[in-house]
Amino acid sequence: MDFELIRTVFPFFLKAAWVTVLLSVLTAILGLICGSLGAAARLSRSRVLRFLGAAYVSVFRGTPALIQLFLLYFGGPQIGIQLDAFQAGVIGLGVNAGAYMTETIRGAIIAVDRGQTEAARTIGMSRWQAMRHVILPQAMRLMIRPLGVNINALIKATALVAPISVVELTYTAQRYIGSTYRPFEMFLLAGILYLIIILSVGRVVGWLDRKARIA
Amino acid sequence: MTEQPIIEIRNAAKSYGALEVLKDISLTVNRGEIVAIIGPSGSGKSTFLRAINELDPLSGGEIFLEGEQVNKRLPPREYERHINRIRQEIGMVFQHFNLFPHLTVRGNVTLGPRLLKGLSQADVDKLAEEQLDHVGMLERIDYFPSQLSGGQKQRVAIARALAMKPKVMLFDEATSALDPELVEEVNAVMKRLAQEHMTMLIVTHEMGFAQDVCDRVLFMDQGVVVEEGPPDVIFRNPTNERTRNFLRKHLEGRS
Ligand SMILES: Nc1ncnc2c1ncn2[C@@H]1O[C@H](COP(=O)(O)OP(=O)(O)O)[C@@H](O)[C@H]1O
Ligand SMILES: [Mg+2]
Repeated sequence: MDFELIRTVFPFFLKAAWVTVLLSVLTAILGLICGSLGAAARLSRSRVLRFLGAAYVSVFRGTPALIQLFLLYFGGPQIGIQLDAFQAGVIGLGVNAGAYMTETIRGAIIAVDRGQTEAARTIGMSRWQAMRHVILPQAMRLMIRPLGVNINALIKATALVAPISVVELTYTAQRYIGSTYRPFEMFLLAGILYLIIILSVGRVVGWLDRKARIA
Repeated sequence: MTEQPIIEIRNAAKSYGALEVLKDISLTVNRGEIVAIIGPSGSGKSTFLRAINELDPLSGGEIFLEGEQVNKRLPPREYERHINRIRQEIGMVFQHFNLFPHLTVRGNVTLGPRLLKGLSQADVDKLAEEQLDHVGMLERIDYFPSQLSGGQKQRVAIARALAMKPKVMLFDEATSALDPELVEEVNAVMKRLAQEHMTMLIVTHEMGFAQDVCDRVLFMDQGVVVEEGPPDVIFRNPTNERTRNFLRKHLEGRS
């Protein structure tokens, strides 16, 4: 193991790790937006919206994220969608993550006891009031951990943007392997940085979950 | 001049697929009247009660609340507005309390009035304090439901319903999920409401309570009202064979 080499490339890996974090945060935000809309559609009274929600989930979970990303980035310009690699990465991965989050959020909402909706509606609350004041606060607590699992998967999936040349961790590792021929050190370093990111996010999720439980 | 009945139900019918759960039930409840509904499990008591506020809409028949039809056919948006307004007038208490676990006792009681009655926080707080005092739960106003016993939860659930100032209260086996030693505190609250002439429909398996508190008893079996009358008649001299069998089974175990 060449520690001197690791020390030399480390600042570049740190910068790349920052790109991975940024990519993850933006992807997670977009995923949560898509997931909330998807869950709302899947639970809607409108048959059309329910169908669209279900189609969204099955298409994006039923095809490789890499294909979705390539389709967007390489295929997009052909139909007039011009995105740089980072934008394509965020949108491609975010919409993909949203499909998984749709199911997580929907699952948490329907896991809240039916009696809760009944009690709220019996008082005279509208569907939305019952959702907003009774169901969602309880569903939020239930969805923190499973959303944490989705976010964990999404962080690892950011490695998929390496082939479209976003300078994040995996791409950086590959690039330095090209110039140093030291794949062991480079992949190990990238792996450790991924692990640190994921463990940190895990801590935050655990903290949020505990806080939600006490409140 | 006769007063408008609080609840009037005409020819209520309800099916789940081929299963007829309610068959042509009619019932009139006047202001201040207390009606008990008894009958074996699965006879349709809950379904009947839940039809009154359209939690489980009827397949046939009509329901009126003070002369206004509850189960009107309306376009979806209008129906929502209509039923949300009607439901504010009909309090309901469930077997399993269904308190909102993320809210304190105060939050449980104030949520409805705050959202639906346009009252200020000070007004809903005052309202909650009154209602909780009424059911003897004022000291627990800042507790969460998880910190309460079953009997206390049910008393809070009653206060929550009363805070909406309903015209009628529906109780669906309000004490069935309680440990025996906690039944009395809930019964006491319901008796107190009876003394205050709250109009009530009470599904219960407690024959003693029905006899003490109610003006009228309906015995339901297999989706029909088999027999109906004052408690003295139903419990002492039931005319119907099925009623007699049911009561024999129910009054034995307790004697
Ligand atoms: N959602 C439903 N779908 C199908 N059958 C139901 C449903 N709800 C109740 N039932 C049936 O209706 C009958 C009456 O139920 P219920 O009103 O709960 O009776 P009770 O309250 O008297 O015990 C039972 O046979 C029950 O299985
Ligand atoms: Mg029942």
